[in-house]
Amino acid sequence: MCGIAGIFNLHGDKESAMLTLKKMVAIMHHRGPDGAGFYCDEEAGLGHARLSIIDLTGGGQPIHNEDRSIWITFNGEIFNYRELRKDLLARGHEFYTESDTEVIVHLYEDYGVDCLEHLNGQFAFAIWNKNTGRLFMARDRVGIRPLFYTFSGDQVIFASEIKALFMDRRVKREIDPYALDQIFTFWMTIPPRTAFKNIFEIPAGHYMTVEAGSRKLNKYWDMDFTPDSRVRAEVEWAEELRELLTDATRLQLRADVPVGAYLSGGLDSSVITALIKKSSDTSLRTFSVTFEDEAYDERVYQREIIEYLDTVPSDIRCTYSDIGRVFPDVIWHTEKPVLRTASAPLYLLSGLVREKGYKVVLTGEGADEILAGYDIFKETKVRRFMERFPDSKFRPLILKKLYPYLAHSPVKSVQYAEEFFKTDTAGYPDEYYSHFPRWNTTSKTKLFFSDAMKESLGNYSGLNELSSLLPDDVYKYDYLSKSQYIESKTLLPGYILSSQGDRMAMAHSVEGRFPFLDHRVIGLCCKMPPNIRMNALKEKYILRESMKDLLPASTLKRTKQPYMAPDAKSFFSGDTPCYLDELLSERNLQSAGYFNPKAVSVLADKCRKNAALGFKDNMAAVGVISTMLLHDMFIDNFDSKSKGAADRAAEDKRYAIKV
Amino acid sequence: MRLKSEIRGFVVENFLYGKDDGFGDNISFLERGLIDSTGVLELLAFVETRYGVSVDDEELIPDNFDSVDKLSDFIARKAGNGN
Repeated sequence: MCGIAGIFNLHGDKESAMLTLKKMVAIMHHRGPDGAGFYCDEEAGLGHARLSIIDLTGGGQPIHNEDRSIWITFNGEIFNYRELRKDLLARGHEFYTESDTEVIVHLYEDYGVDCLEHLNGQFAFAIWNKNTGRLFMARDRVGIRPLFYTFSGDQVIFASEIKALFMDRRVKREIDPYALDQIFTFWMTIPPRTAFKNIFEIPAGHYMTVEAGSRKLNKYWDMDFTPDSRVRAEVEWAEELRELLTDATRLQLRADVPVGAYLSGGLDSSVITALIKKSSDTSLRTFSVTFEDEAYDERVYQREIIEYLDTVPSDIRCTYSDIGRVFPDVIWHTEKPVLRTASAPLYLLSGLVREKGYKVVLTGEGADEILAGYDIFKETKVRRFMERFPDSKFRPLILKKLYPYLAHSPVKSVQYAEEFFKTDTAGYPDEYYSHFPRWNTTSKTKLFFSDAMKESLGNYSGLNELSSLLPDDVYKYDYLSKSQYIESKTLLPGYILSSQGDRMAMAHSVEGRFPFLDHRVIGLCCKMPPNIRMNALKEKYILRESMKDLLPASTLKRTKQPYMAPDAKSFFSGDTPCYLDELLSERNLQSAGYFNPKAVSVLADKCRKNAALGFKDNMAAVGVISTMLLHDMFIDNFDSKSKGAADRAAEDKRYAIKV
Repeated sequence: MRLKSEIRGFVVENFLYGKDDGFGDNISFLERGLIDSTGVLELLAFVETRYGVSVDDEELIPDNFDSVDKLSDFIARKAGNGN
């Protein structure tokens, strides 16, 4: 796990490229504190910040092929590298390291861009091929590792994080109003768009090739929910799921350093913890978040699993003021506004992991997307069910089954719940049936946009951009698969794996690994009949069936409790963070220009009074605070924020490498 | 009239963040998109604390809560009943 950077089309200007590359790598020091490496020729410069996990002594990067004509800078893990290496050796390739990175270089020599098909892993990399004059950049199938790029003249500048791109002074820093509109609707930007104007990301499952005068973005992998034509018994699906998950966990435990696990107390992380214990005799350390606020706390469930599986537990207890206090650091790493604070406890948790001397954790991320775990899928089913007989007096009672864990549940009144779920979907294409209520509620936060923002956005809608992500096949899928596909293409890479995933773990030099997101596991789950992913309203049914003997019955029976953290309360109850008053001052809001100061001030008052805040208020409060922090750190004060990195690039011995 | 203007004031402050767009007293909060699912509970807390009436679960329905007119009728009715 590491940070990568590069500049292409140098036209011989090596000296200034190297100066910039060193600063780019230095500002990503958190991604790779164990080493730095550079390569530069007349046309391309590559940089690398290293977190050593495999081949601790010999795996320094960039890495080259036998005749040094092909160079790679790589972030991530190739879990099947041992098998690939064996094949490549048999085909006559010569290796000079034991690393997984070198495997990619030789695969690329043999297969070109099709090397991607052979990789089982989570990765972002760039390969510079001097023979063809072509730069090849790629990201893993589901978007676990980030890769951003921008242009300056005909030069392509790329890096694992946006802040590294900004270390090139030619790159302008400006927040994109369309991106704000998307985040305040979908919680994410639609790739390749990012929160910043003219800064792009390679979408999940895509690669880009750049050569003189041309660049092409191509998709190489996608989820395919076309059902399996074979008729199979439920038990066969359950067995195959267990086999593949076991194998994915086995592969993902490969590391030359100890590996821990995140344990939330829910089904998914418990499954992964159980599978690790099953495949290894050594003691396993698990890391958990607990909350001061009982509404979010899951420690009772965590304890049960810790005792049942006999793990060595570590946890952090998260208070409101902890979240408020670290939030600026969180936004420095998310590099985009967020509407929830749930990233903050994960930022604190990765700090604990690092403190305990661990660099790698396995987590249960991805199960909810591929096995239909989220409430949005249940809600869709219930809405469809109610719509078939709109006059039924009994059908709405099923709504009571939704959201039983929420204190402020709309289901408190069935009549109201019925009204809320009878959403008017006019104007929304049918493929968005499942997500429309969520997006509609979230969009209400745009009420806080300033008049100037509203004017510049006009009638803009992100839906067209979103539709460009959907392949034709999606329209043929059943409604559950359709909604799972959309969730997996939007929130999974755009929020869960980034703002709550890579960026929070890597902030403390920790690598997350996700066995549920092994592409073989995803492939299997997509092929299953929808009714074994969700059986009636039992989410992740087949997973529960397949893990029956590994976990306590109470865990297997437990209804999903979504991972959440206190939102507005983190800033407005108890210790108000010291930066907040200035950040939300009328003068500051006016000068940044995104939000209406009067409306924000009314909202802040409402939050301070600790009234019963709804989703919209909570999302708006966190959205406004995170946008203003982003503006403060990346637009107004980037020079002072990045000064440490610039100094490090100039002074640290590791950056004084001659190329 | 004072009751209606108080309700209106609460709705404008809490759901429109201070910017009254002149919506009618008979306009449905739900259809107009003024309140989200938890907004109903905010209205409920307002009614209970400001007017000292207690609201049963079965009274928490759009017929009682879904416009300035409906809510003021409901509060007046409850107050008249000695609640």
